[in-house]
Order: sequence, then structure tokens, then C-alpha cells
Amino acid sequence: MAQVAIGLVNGAFYAMLSLGLAVIFGMLNVINFTHGAQFMMGAFAAWLLLGHLDVPFWASLILSPLLVGLFGVILERLLLKRIYHLDHLYGFLLTFGLALIIEGLAQWKWGSSGAPYPAPITGGTNLGFMIMPTYRLFVVVAALVVCLATWYGIERTRLGAYLRAATENPTLVRAFGINVPRLITLTYGLGVALAALAGVLAAPIQQVSALMGTNLVLVVFAVVVIGGMGSIMGSIVTGFGLGLIEGLTKVYYPPASNTVIFVVMALVLLVKPAGLFGQKR
Amino acid sequence: MAEILLKVAGLHAWYGESHILHGVDFQVGRGELVTLLGRNGVGKTTTLRSIMGIVEKRTGSIAFAGRETVGQPSDTIARQGLAYCPEERGIFSSLNVEENLLLPPVVKPGGMSVDEIYRLFPNLLERRRSQGTKLSGGEQQMLAIGRILRTGANLLLLDEPTEGLAPVIVQRIGDIISELKDRGFTILLVEQNFHFAARVADRHYVMEDGKVVDMIAAAEVEQNRAKLQAYLGV
Repeated sequence: MAQVAIGLVNGAFYAMLSLGLAVIFGMLNVINFTHGAQFMMGAFAAWLLLGHLDVPFWASLILSPLLVGLFGVILERLLLKRIYHLDHLYGFLLTFGLALIIEGLAQWKWGSSGAPYPAPITGGTNLGFMIMPTYRLFVVVAALVVCLATWYGIERTRLGAYLRAATENPTLVRAFGINVPRLITLTYGLGVALAALAGVLAAPIQQVSALMGTNLVLVVFAVVVIGGMGSIMGSIVTGFGLGLIEGLTKVYYPPASNTVIFVVMALVLLVKPAGLFGQKR
Repeated sequence: MAEILLKVAGLHAWYGESHILHGVDFQVGRGELVTLLGRNGVGKTTTLRSIMGIVEKRTGSIAFAGRETVGQPSDTIARQGLAYCPEERGIFSSLNVEENLLLPPVVKPGGMSVDEIYRLFPNLLERRRSQGTKLSGGEQQMLAIGRILRTGANLLLLDEPTEGLAPVIVQRIGDIISELKDRGFTILLVEQNFHFAARVADRHYVMEDGKVVDMIAAAEVEQNRAKLQAYLGV
């Protein structure tokens, strides 16, 4: 049971990150390989804000995603928007290159050993079957709330309807008088802000380090493939679900815990190439 | 003719390398219902798309209510009061009927209310929670027309609203288009179905090879029947 709870914490990060990727892919048709670096930037922003300006964790939880989201907006305006008409491969190369640059710069400035970030909530909560660090419990709940709020925003609101429609037929949506390029910029900013938020939440659990996003994002890409590219609910359910599967594998067959997600990915691709929640495009 | 709402002059348009429109000239008065007729591939749809600003490249002049729109992006053009109903209807499958109906933002005051639109198209009210693309062809066409009536746009560009529909639905769409004209909408209609067009329009422009080659007022259709048949190949 304890592993299930830990799995849920990992799943929370998978869900938030793959959700951001799904939102970005749905709208921009770009697979955002900078996502891991933006997750790291979120954690770093919180760490720097605390170290230099004494900004507490709770303020960083809002401030850091805003700052990194704004960085995403600038990135989209300056670079990404120039490649939408090109093949997927260019989006991959651009965002992957950006990730290498950002992570390289962070490594050069702060080294790769990592710095600790004090947990804002200490102590444990007795769940009956185990005592779980209260902060981790908070992470799971916060991630769930953020994911469901994002889902609601996209599936049930007017702005979300614009987003869904623009994903299908941007030309026509624009011909109705909606500023689609601005919508795309905002979507990218939102996806990046989600990654940064996950980064802030991860800071007290992991070390804040330049490469903290690199390994995580590999798993997250597997999650996105399993859930189905661009599917919102798919990302959330698969993110939490795979965290659980990974946790359970640690109990029953620990050597496989690092690979189980990729095994699941291979199986899903064999049976449902579009992913569990994906639609053929 | 009443005040000119839309004036197209010397319009050229391209898709990639292919030069589709070769100097289109025509005008539409406020409150008029004007058709663009012609065979397949003469540039009728491209003319509508050029007015809406969604072709790759266009030159010449398109003045809406006296303001030049060539060079503006399509969202800016739409916000001046033009609304477009594409040939392929463009119903969004990820939106239900009501979301499709509410999608185009209101650009000007004076549009129809959702209730009025549902009164005009009762089928849409019944099916408002259905996925947009689960509707029948006729219902999708009604949705595509209905959703641009809310926005307050006064010029409607309708591209072949009767294509592929059963005669009884064509009849119904004809009634609705006449009703919209009575309500004061200005309508530019692209049609292949001349019998349908003749029933509703004030004037007809005939296109050939990317140009407007003739204009026939509704009252002169009978005298010009032979000429029209030659143009349209019917």
C-alpha cells in the first residue's frame, strides 16, 4: 500500500507534465521537447526566489509558473511560430535544441549536483495503512485539482471551445473573428506554466538540479504515447495510472520498475496504435 | 442600387503557384441577395475565400463598407461584420451542436438571439447536445448557417448551401435564405443549382476562368435563359 501511495506521487507529476504536453501538441502540433527543461526552470525559479528574495514556497507556486509561462510565450512568439508550417521534425529539433541549451546553461551556472529545497509542510499524515509525508499528500491532491481544472477549462468553457475548434480547423476559427495566433501563444504559455508548476511541486521532493527534468520527461513521453497524443483526459488518467503501475511493480518485481512503463507503451502501441484515449488524426 | 456594401475590383488570387482569380469585379448593395454562378473550378469559392482573407495570396481591392480589406488577416476582416459559411460546412466534431452554434464571437450588435435561431431551425434545438458531426447533412448545413446569424455580421457569404441535400431540404434552405434577406441581411451566395439561385436572388454574376463575365438581374433571367444555359452548361 505504501508503494501505491508513492506511485501516486510520481503519477501526479506524470499527469501534470503529460497534460501540458497534450495541450501543446493538440493546439500547436509541436511535440514540446523543452518540457523537461521548463519543469526544471520552474523548480529553479522557486529555489532562486527563495534564496535571493526570500519568496516563500506558496508564493512561488504562483509566481514561478507565471515567470516560466511568460518565458514560454516569448519562446513561442520568437521561435516556435516560425515552424508551424514545416514538418514535425523541425519542431522536434528546435524544442530539443532549446532543452539542451537551457539545461546546459543551468549546469554551467549551478553545476549538476543539485540543491535541496526545504519542504513547506513537514510531518506525516496517518492514512490508516501507512504514514505519508503530508507534503506528498498535498502534491497528489494539488495535481489532481490542477489537472481537473485544466480539463474543465478545455472541455466545458467558451475559451476551451475556441481551443478545441482551433485544433480542428484553425483557418475557419480565425475567419469567425478569433485571433488564433494569440490563442496559440496563450496555449503554449499555459502548457509551459503547467510544467513549471510541476517543477515547483517537485522541488521539495527531489533535488533542484539542472538535469532533474531529463529523466522524468522520457517517462512522460511514454505516458503521452500510451494515453494518446493530444488527449486531455487520457493524459490525466494515464499519468496517475502509470505512477500506480510503477509503484506496484516496485513491490512485486523491483528490477522491472524502471522499464515497466515502456513495456506498457509497447503493448498499447501494438493493440491500439493511437493510444488508449487517442483518436486517429 | 442601394448603398454599396461590398465592392470587389481587379481581384487576383493564388494558391501556391496556381493563379486562380484573374481580375474579378463586382459589387453588392446593402440588403441585396447576389449570387455568383458558374461551372466547377471557375473561382467562385476562391472569390469568397479571398473576401474572407483565407487564400494564400491576393491582390486588387476588396472594400467592405468603404474600407479596404486586402492585406488584413481574416480575423480582422470578420470583425468588421462579414461571416462565412464554407462549402464543406466546417462543423467541429469536438464540439456539440450548441457549442458549434455559440462558437463564432459576436462582432457587432444586432445579431439574432440563440432563441430566434432555434426557432428558425427547430431541429438544432432538439439535438443541441449531440456531437456536431453526428447531425444529418441538412442539419449540419442549418447549423453552419445558424451559427453565423448570431454574430451581428451584416454580410453573409454562403458557399453552396444546397450541395448534396435532398430536394425538400433545399426548399427549406431556400425559404430560410429568403427570410434572412427580409430581415435585412446582405447575402453573397455561391451556387451551382441555378433553379435554387433564381428563386431567391436579386442579381446574378456569372464567372468564367477566374473572372466575372456577365451580370443578369432577376427580372432579365427569362430573356437570357439560353445565354445562361450556355454559361452554366446545363
